[in-house]
Amino acid sequence: MTGGSSPAEPAIRTRGLTKRFGQQAAVDGIDLSVPSGAVFGFLGPNGSGKTTTIRVLLGLAAATSGETSVLGQPMPRALADVLPRVGALVEGPAFYPFLSGTANLQRLDAADRRASPASRHQRVAAALERVGLGHAATKRVRAYSLGMKQRLGIAGALLSPRDLLVLDEPTNGLDPQGTREVRELVRSLAADGATVFVSSHLLAEVEQMCTHVGVMSAGRLVAQGTLDELRGGGEAHVRVRTPDVGTARSALAGLGLVLVQATGAAPSDRAADDAGEGSRDGVVEAVLDGAAPPPERIVEALVAAGTRVRGFAVERATLEDRFMALTGEGFDVVG
Amino acid sequence: MRSELRVLFGRPRTWAMLLALAAIPILIAVAVRLSSEPPGPGEGPPFLDRVTQNGLFVGMTALVVSIPLFLPLTVGVVAGDTIAGEASLGTLRYLLVAPAGRVRLLVVKYVAAAVFCLAATLTVVVVGALVGLALFGAGPATLLSGDTVGVGESAVRALLVAVYVTVSLLGLSAVGLFVSTLTEVPVGAMAATVVLSVVAQVLGQLDQLAWLHPWLFSRHWLGFADLLRQPVSWDSFGDNALLQAGYVAVFGALAYGRFVTKDVLS
Repeated sequence: MTGGSSPAEPAIRTRGLTKRFGQQAAVDGIDLSVPSGAVFGFLGPNGSGKTTTIRVLLGLAAATSGETSVLGQPMPRALADVLPRVGALVEGPAFYPFLSGTANLQRLDAADRRASPASRHQRVAAALERVGLGHAATKRVRAYSLGMKQRLGIAGALLSPRDLLVLDEPTNGLDPQGTREVRELVRSLAADGATVFVSSHLLAEVEQMCTHVGVMSAGRLVAQGTLDELRGGGEAHVRVRTPDVGTARSALAGLGLVLVQATGAAPSDRAADDAGEGSRDGVVEAVLDGAAPPPERIVEALVAAGTRVRGFAVERATLEDRFMALTGEGFDVVG
Repeated sequence: MRSELRVLFGRPRTWAMLLALAAIPILIAVAVRLSSEPPGPGEGPPFLDRVTQNGLFVGMTALVVSIPLFLPLTVGVVAGDTIAGEASLGTLRYLLVAPAGRVRLLVVKYVAAAVFCLAATLTVVVVGALVGLALFGAGPATLLSGDTVGVGESAVRALLVAVYVTVSLLGLSAVGLFVSTLTEVPVGAMAATVVLSVVAQVLGQLDQLAWLHPWLFSRHWLGFADLLRQPVSWDSFGDNALLQAGYVAVFGALAYGRFVTKDVLS
């Protein structure tokens, strides 16, 4: 293949990719970079431009401006060369309801001119087996449940060996077993060296299977990087539950930690101190940066200062916290 | 291509339409058979008076009856569904990502619609011939030129007429294909195609628009009488083929222009 993708070259790269519908920019100048071999989670609230981006990447829609390359080749110029190496599930599965699962996949396979007709039966059967639909292969798709259609859609994306898989909401409508199977599937595909680009708004799912993450908000790519980088953007916190809020605060401050205002219904310092023994617990939170002592030293210092520690936790920011902070949805208690 | 035909002929709707078309010659034959006196010359639709002489003419009569509405209706459904139907199912995006190639998809869709045109006319002619033979038997048929031909010869003529009508419908199919690229609502594309075929025929009736008549795709729809003379006069066949080819070229180009640049958002 001409100028095939070297490992160093990203599987997907866009520069200033913009797609307008009339006046409105659905995708607004995004610079996406999906490393080869990554499992890339493409996050964003509904309507943030995820699916539009995917449509442009796959050549279904033309970009208004900007450059795109997929598997190291310029798009949409090299569409015919690139697409056979790409498996896709775009905005839900779609099939002919009056045909069986097998017949649907055969048609999809026949649409790809490079797929050899001789081994079509074999490929279709293998793809159906891989998503656990072997038993329902001859049933008409009309009779399939949502989860079965979703599986069939994934089977369609796996018909031929692919270098890149673009999966838009792959676990939509799947039961917990199905969701887990999809995760396993994505892992095994990545282990075979394929790049997987998964769009989702299920953060837990992304956290479990992705190595890299990009976050869309209102048509812009507001963050991208490895999962750790992105989570690291929000620091770890220590959280102390104690009735002696005042002493805890000064003990933590004494260790050089930066205090965060107490969350929830924690009483003010004075109120907690005045109440003395047996009073309600308060929560003291502080940022745990790189210079901070290890957690066990913090507990020691707290106890030494006479704090009755009733709860102690080190919490890393979850992807969800980061996501909410980046996309500006929901409420920000700390701020 | 094979897969396209499988989808077309794998869906119940296609068979329902062909069955409906098959019912037309059956109705005609049974009605003529049950009536006490045979239709006199010049009564009813063309060729009706010849039905009792030669059963093959049942197919011919049914074809004449079907041309203004029934055939354009079924062709409109198939041609209007080509792209818009895939778009509304959502399968269009998967075919394009497969990748089927936009031009290839368009060509395959058009060829499948053309195959349906042939299947539809053959259904009418063949069912008509079979029913006619069963009810009236075969006999020598008198052609429009007054010559009499044998059964074999008249069967060949009947097939020729079927080919003629198929060619007549190719222009309409191209129009349907183009309309289908404009929308994601297949019913809209089907209705628009059928309406256009009716409009073309109405315009063809208005003498005030005589200048327009040579350009209407329905111009030669009923012009297959020349195939029923001895010797066969190919003029109208050629004119018709040329006109339809023009429509295929123009609307094929329009459909191409529209479809290759279209954003597929369904």
